[in-house]
Amino acid sequence: MTEESKVLDDRKYTKEHEWVKIENGIGTIGISDYAQHALTDVVYAELPKEGEKVEAMGKLAVLESVKSVSDVYAPASGEVVEVNKALEETPGLINKSPFEEGWIAKIKVIDEAELDNLMGAEEYKKFLSEQEH
Amino acid sequence: MSKLLFEKGLNLSEPEIVRHYTNLSRNNFGVDSHFYPLGSCTMKYSPKVNESVSVLDGFAKAHPMQEQKASQGCLQLMFELEQQLCEITGFSGFTLQPAAGAHGELAGMMIIKKHFEEKGEGNKRKKVIIPDSSHGTNPASLQLCGFEAIEIKSNSEGDISLDKLKKEMSEEVAGIMVTNPNTLGLFEKDITEVCKIVHEKGGLVYIDGANMNAMLGVCRPAELGADVMHLNLHKTFSTPHGGGGPGSGPVGVTKELEQFLPNPRVVKNGEDYCLDTSSEKSIGRVKAFYGNFGVLVKAFAYIKALGSDGLKNAGESAVLNANYLKEKLKKHYKLPYDRVCQHEFVLSDEGMPNGVTTGDLAKRLLDYGIHAPTIYFPLIVHGAIMIEPTETESKETLDWFVETMIKIKKEAEENPELVKEAPHSLSVKKLDAVKAAREPDLRWIPNK
Amino acid sequence: MNFIPTNESKRKEMLKETGIESIKELFKDVPEKAYIDGCLNLPKGLSERELVSEISKLAVENAHAGTSPCFLGAGAYNHFCPAVVPALIGRSEFYTAYTPYQAEASQGMLQAIYEFQTWACLLTGMDLANASMYDASTALAESMFMSKNLTGKNKAIVSKHVHPHYRQVLETYAWAHGMELIGTEEPEKEVDEKTACVIVQNPNFLGQIEKLKELGTVAHSKGALLVVCVGDSTSLGAIENPGQEGADIAVGDCQAFGIPLWFGGPHAGFMTTKKEHMRHIPGRLVGRTVDEEGKTGFILTLQAREQHIRRERAESNICTNAALTALWATVWLASLGEDGLKKLAEENMEAAKKASKELDLEFEENFYNEFVVKVNNKEDVKQKLADAGVIAPLDLEEFYPELKNHLLVCVTEMNSDKEIEMLKKVLK
Repeated sequence: MTEESKVLDDRKYTKEHEWVKIENGIGTIGISDYAQHALTDVVYAELPKEGEKVEAMGKLAVLESVKSVSDVYAPASGEVVEVNKALEETPGLINKSPFEEGWIAKIKVIDEAELDNLMGAEEYKKFLSEQEH
Repeated sequence: MSKLLFEKGLNLSEPEIVRHYTNLSRNNFGVDSHFYPLGSCTMKYSPKVNESVSVLDGFAKAHPMQEQKASQGCLQLMFELEQQLCEITGFSGFTLQPAAGAHGELAGMMIIKKHFEEKGEGNKRKKVIIPDSSHGTNPASLQLCGFEAIEIKSNSEGDISLDKLKKEMSEEVAGIMVTNPNTLGLFEKDITEVCKIVHEKGGLVYIDGANMNAMLGVCRPAELGADVMHLNLHKTFSTPHGGGGPGSGPVGVTKELEQFLPNPRVVKNGEDYCLDTSSEKSIGRVKAFYGNFGVLVKAFAYIKALGSDGLKNAGESAVLNANYLKEKLKKHYKLPYDRVCQHEFVLSDEGMPNGVTTGDLAKRLLDYGIHAPTIYFPLIVHGAIMIEPTETESKETLDWFVETMIKIKKEAEENPELVKEAPHSLSVKKLDAVKAAREPDLRWIPNK
Repeated sequence: MNFIPTNESKRKEMLKETGIESIKELFKDVPEKAYIDGCLNLPKGLSERELVSEISKLAVENAHAGTSPCFLGAGAYNHFCPAVVPALIGRSEFYTAYTPYQAEASQGMLQAIYEFQTWACLLTGMDLANASMYDASTALAESMFMSKNLTGKNKAIVSKHVHPHYRQVLETYAWAHGMELIGTEEPEKEVDEKTACVIVQNPNFLGQIEKLKELGTVAHSKGALLVVCVGDSTSLGAIENPGQEGADIAVGDCQAFGIPLWFGGPHAGFMTTKKEHMRHIPGRLVGRTVDEEGKTGFILTLQAREQHIRRERAESNICTNAALTALWATVWLASLGEDGLKKLAEENMEAAKKASKELDLEFEENFYNEFVVKVNNKEDVKQKLADAGVIAPLDLEEFYPELKNHLLVCVTEMNSDKEIEMLKKVLK
C-alpha cells in the first residue's frame, strides 16, 4: 500500500477489517479505511434489514465493487436496529468517509464481552503493517 | 460513437439501418481484423466455408419438429459429429444439446449427480473438489446442482498438489473438476495420478474442455482418466464466438455414464437415424430441441476439412506458437511458471515500471490494434496476463506482438502516463465502469 | 484445407529459436501411454470443393421451409427475414469477436446489445432486460431459479400449456437444484404460500391467447411471482404484453424475429423483469456510461452478480449470451420497425383466422397464429400432407395423449392463399 491507511483510536477492529464503536449498548459498524482502499469504489451495498438478528462474525452486509464482492461481518452478536439508508443511493460514502458517513449498520449488542477479542487501534495498526508483507 | 438508432425513430429506412450497423461493426475488434490472443478463449480463425454451409437451406430452413424421416441429413450430421468427437476425445458417447460451455458444465455435473443418486449415494456425496486454477464457472455450475466446492491450492510448479488432493478426497466427495491443460497453460503432469486418487474413493473426474485445443490429435482426455468432459465448439472447433455466443458445449462421457446423457439422443437404427428418448435414467432435457444445430454444422465442416492430419497439426502448432511467444517474452516480462506450456501461458505484471498495471498494458495493446490477452485470471498469478495465440497466427504476427509488448514496456519506463491513460486511438477513451454500476442505465426510454 | 500459416520450414525455425528439439518435446508432460504417436482414426482432410459437395448431400436430405409449404410452429416459426439482416450480421467484425470484456474495443457489439435490451423492454412492457439467454427454455429455467432467490421459496408451478420441451427443461433444472415443480392445467388452484412462481406461456403452446391478470393477482396474493413465456414473439405486435398482464419476469425466444429455424438452434432467449429485481437477473447486462472525456459509451455492468466474480455464490452459471442471434433479432426488428411488426402480427392473425374457418376447432377462436384442429383420420391426413410435400402441422398425441386426433396448425405470413386452400382441403 502506497499511502498509510487511517486508523481511528475511538473504536475496535476485526481481522476482517470491520470497525465497531459502542455507545450505550449500540454498536455502530463499518469497514476500515484500509478495507475501502482494497475494495476500490463501492458500487452497491446490500444492507441487512432492521430487526434482523446477527451472530458475531456472521454475515451482516455485502459490498460490491466493479470487479469484486465482499462480505461484511458483524463484530458482535445482536439485533440490527438501524441501517445507513444513505448508502442505497450513495454507496461511494464508504470510500469517501469509511469511519463517519460511510457507516453500515447499528446493532444492539447482546454481550459486550464479545468485543474484548477485537483489536484496539494500536494493535490493528500493527496487524495492518503485517498484512502488507 | 454512433447515436442510438432509437433516437432517430422506431420506423426507419433500410439505408439508415445499414449505415448504423455498418458503423457499429467498425467499432469492434474481431479475429478477422485483429490479432486476438485472449487466453482460454481460443480465438482462432473461423473458416468462411463453415459459414456458407451452415446456411444451406436444408439446414437453416429445416424445422426442428418436422418428421424425423424428413430430417435424415440433419440427424446423420449430428450422429457423425458425435462419432468424430468420440474419436478425438476417447469418450464413448456425447450429447450435443448444451448451448455453451457453461451449459455443458451444468449438464455434466447433472450427469455426475444422477450417477450417485442411482448408486444410492446422492445424499452422501455432496462435495466436489476444484483446484484454485479452475475456471470461474466451475464453482457456480456445481453449486447449482447442490454440490459444495472444496478448493485446493496448486503446488509451486502450478500442478494440482497430490498430497492436498489425497487429504480432501473421501467418500463424501463426488469428484473433481479439473481444467487440463490448466489455466496456467500447463499440462497437469500428474493427471493420471489425480484420476486414480479420485477413482479409488469412488469419485468421478470432470475435465473442463475449454483448453482442448492443446490436446487435439495429441492425446485423448478419456485415456487420461476423465469420466465426463465438455467441449467448446466455438473454441476448439472454430465455430466463431459471435461476440459472446451462440456457442455449443457438447458433453462426452464414459460407457458407464452414457445412460444418463440428456434425452433425446441421435441413434442409428439400420439405415435410419432417429431421436431416441428411451433411456429412463437420462437426466432429461437441458434445452428445447436438440442443441445449436447451426453451430454443429460449422464444427462438423471444420473437422472434415482438417481431417486426422490437420487436427494434429492444429494442436501442435497452437502449442508451438504459445511456446515461441513465451520464450521471447519471458526476457521482458515475469513468467511465474517457467516450463513448457501448452496452448497458452501466463505472465505477471510484477516488476512493471512506474506502477503500470496489467490493466494499463491491456488497454495500450488496443491502441496498437491488438486485442488484449485475458487479464487478472487466473487469480493465483499477480496481475495475470494470459496469452493464447492459437495456431492460425503466422510467425510474422507473433514477432510483431513481441515487438509491441517490448515497446509498451519501454513506454512504461519512459512515459508511463501514455500507457496508464490508454486507449487513445479508439472511438471512446477509458470508460467509467463505476458510474455504469452505480447508476445503471440498461435501456433507452422513449420521450413521451 | 489449410488454415495454419506456419509451414514445415517456419516450424523448424521457430523450434530452433525457442530452443526446443522437436514437437514431441512440447508434450513431455503428457503421460507417455496417452500420447497419440500416429494420427486420429479419422479420414484425411478434404478440399473445400470436396467438403461442400459432401455436406450439401446431407443438406438436401432434409425437407425445409424454403421449398415446402410449412404449417408447423410449436416453438419455431417460419417468418420472413429481409436480406439486409444476414448482410449486416455477416460482418465479421461482429461474428469473429468474443465477449465484449474490452469495452473500448467492443463498442459496436455493446451498443447493439443495449439496443437489444431496449427492444426487449419495449416489446414486453417490462423495465429491464439482460443481454440475452441461450433460448426460451433455458431462460425459463433461469426464471425459476431467480424466483426462488427472490422469494426464498422452493416450489414452482408450471401450466401444462407451456411448450412441452420447456417443461422438460424445467423438470431437469428443478431436479438438479432441489426444487419442487408441479405441472397443472389450472395453476391458479395450485398456488400457495410455498410457491415461488407460476409459469405460463402466452400465446400458449396450443395457440390460445391467455388472460393472465387474474392469475397474476392470485399469485401475488400468495407472495409468488408470475413468470410469462411469450409464445411466437411476433405476437407482441398484436396482443397484450406481459408487462400489461402483470408479469414479474417475462421471457421468450427471438427465433421468431427472423432467425433461421436451423433445426432448433442457435436461437436466442430474451429475459426481462421489473426494476426492483435488477440485481437478481442472471446473465450479462450492458449499461450506458461515459468515457474520461464525457463521451457516451457502453460497457458490461453489474458484473459482481456473475459467476466469474461470485463463483459458488453466484445465482446462475451463465457466462455467455447469444450475442450474434440477439443482434440478428435487433436488426430484424429495426428493419421492420414498430409499425412493421404490428402489421406482421395482424397478417399472421388474419391468415390463421382464414385458415381455421370451416375446420373442426378444439378451442374457441381466440388464437394468434396457431390453432388445434380435430381430424377424423389422422394417419391418412398426415400421409396426404407428406405426399403433397408439406411440412405438416404437429401431431399433438405425443405431448397431450388426450388430444390424440388433433393437429397444431401454424399459419404465418409465409403461407400463400393457395397453400392455405390446399391445407384446408386435406383437413376438412
